Amino acid sequence: MTRLRATGLALLGLLAFLCVWEAVPRLDLVNPAFLPPPSTIPAALLKEIASGAWLVAVIESLSHYVVGLGVGAGAGMALGIVAGMFRSFENLTAWVVRLLRPIPGLAWVPFAIIWFGVEPRAAVFIIAVGVFWIVFFATQGAVRSVDRDLVEVAQAFGYRSAWSRLTKILLPAATPGILVGLRTALGQAWMAVVAAEIFGVPGIGQRMMQASSLLSTDIVVVYMLTMAALYGLFDTAFVALQGWLLRWRP
Amino acid sequence: MSPIIDIKGLSLAYERDGRQNVILKELDLAIPRGQFLVIVGESGVGKSTLLRVLIDLAKPSGGTVIVNADPANETPMALVFQDARLLPWRKVLANVAFGLERLGIPKPERCARAKKMLSLVGLGDLGGRWPHQLSGGQRQRVALARALAVEPEVLLMDEPFSALDSFTREGLQDEVQRIQQATGKTVLFVTHDIDEAVYLADRVVVLAGAPGRIAADVTIDQPRPRARRDAALVEAARQLRGELSRRSSDL
Repeated sequence: MTRLRATGLALLGLLAFLCVWEAVPRLDLVNPAFLPPPSTIPAALLKEIASGAWLVAVIESLSHYVVGLGVGAGAGMALGIVAGMFRSFENLTAWVVRLLRPIPGLAWVPFAIIWFGVEPRAAVFIIAVGVFWIVFFATQGAVRSVDRDLVEVAQAFGYRSAWSRLTKILLPAATPGILVGLRTALGQAWMAVVAAEIFGVPGIGQRMMQASSLLSTDIVVVYMLTMAALYGLFDTAFVALQGWLLRWRP
Repeated sequence: MSPIIDIKGLSLAYERDGRQNVILKELDLAIPRGQFLVIVGESGVGKSTLLRVLIDLAKPSGGTVIVNADPANETPMALVFQDARLLPWRKVLANVAFGLERLGIPKPERCARAKKMLSLVGLGDLGGRWPHQLSGGQRQRVALARALAVEPEVLLMDEPFSALDSFTREGLQDEVQRIQQATGKTVLFVTHDIDEAVYLADRVVVLAGAPGRIAADVTIDQPRPRARRDAALVEAARQLRGELSRRSSDL
């Protein structure tokens, strides 16, 4: 009953939001060219799909997203594991980490363009940098805080190499913490996708900038909602995967 | 026949904050093959440390430990911890098979052996459960099966039942006794419970003092299976209690 009520309230809130959004340009409180009412969005979406531009932009952005996320999260996990396992590596990199960590991913845009040009590789680089630190720190922390008692179990049964310690104990035990970092990275990567493409790499971000310069604000909204939908899709899939991977937890 | 474990002059000390902490000092102990040896003593006397040295989780600072095990056996010893320490991300059966994965045994055989061990400890049906779905006593049974699965010649048990309620504890004591009788394994069992020691042991060694030394070494020569309230066992426990309190008032 309470659950039904909560869903009802959420629906009510969404409807109210859409009504206000619809009313504001219709009552000429804001110029409709600056804020398109939501009722115009489905038609704009259909037009954009029919022209073929939508699918191309989505596919390009998705490929940047997946590759950038894979590279950044992969590197973050690998180095996070090493830093979590070996104190000397952590010490060696401590000051380098302190130096590089505060630099926002977007600050790398100039170098990305110089090194890779206005190319997909530049977008991949910016996305990868954007998610690297999140995954690195999540992984390092998760590996570091694995229960030493469980590591002892592995040693008592003769698993004494660093590799077997990693595969038998540290990695499975650290999985919950690593997944939390990955889920944050999933959201962060979308931000980086748009940012990278606004600088001209083809994709959703570039298409939004083109539409905005033509004052086609309805198209801008179409892509904003497209991104929200794609993020929702990935996050839902990730949560399902997470639930399956962590099915051993009470 | 030579003892399966021969400990000579074993010492273990470590330094903390510039102070030398001596846990064990020049301990001599020979354990004949097939013996059920129980070590009792107050906490902090080095009982667990001794087991940790044997399974190579702690480095001794002096002395020798000779293990006369079959050189072909890669796991001459296995340890059951005080808390079961099952790996929560593995199902029960995979937990039992844990130690076997190192030994180059193909998966079907690992599975079969793990199943056999689970049946041996009376949990044949629970292989598909997750550890968190088990009771404390069941978890400790799984830990016992995990240790037995690698077919050790010596089973080390570090206060394995001390966290369990008395019903469960007595059930597991009987189980361990039955399994030891059936397999003839050497068991080195640490506890601070004198009744448990006397009920299970062929021989009870009392560790006392700081650093820990052998304060008494008593043979419990009672036929098995034993009755818990057997007069001879009660008397042996009474004597051990006297011995322990005399030793601790000496120190």
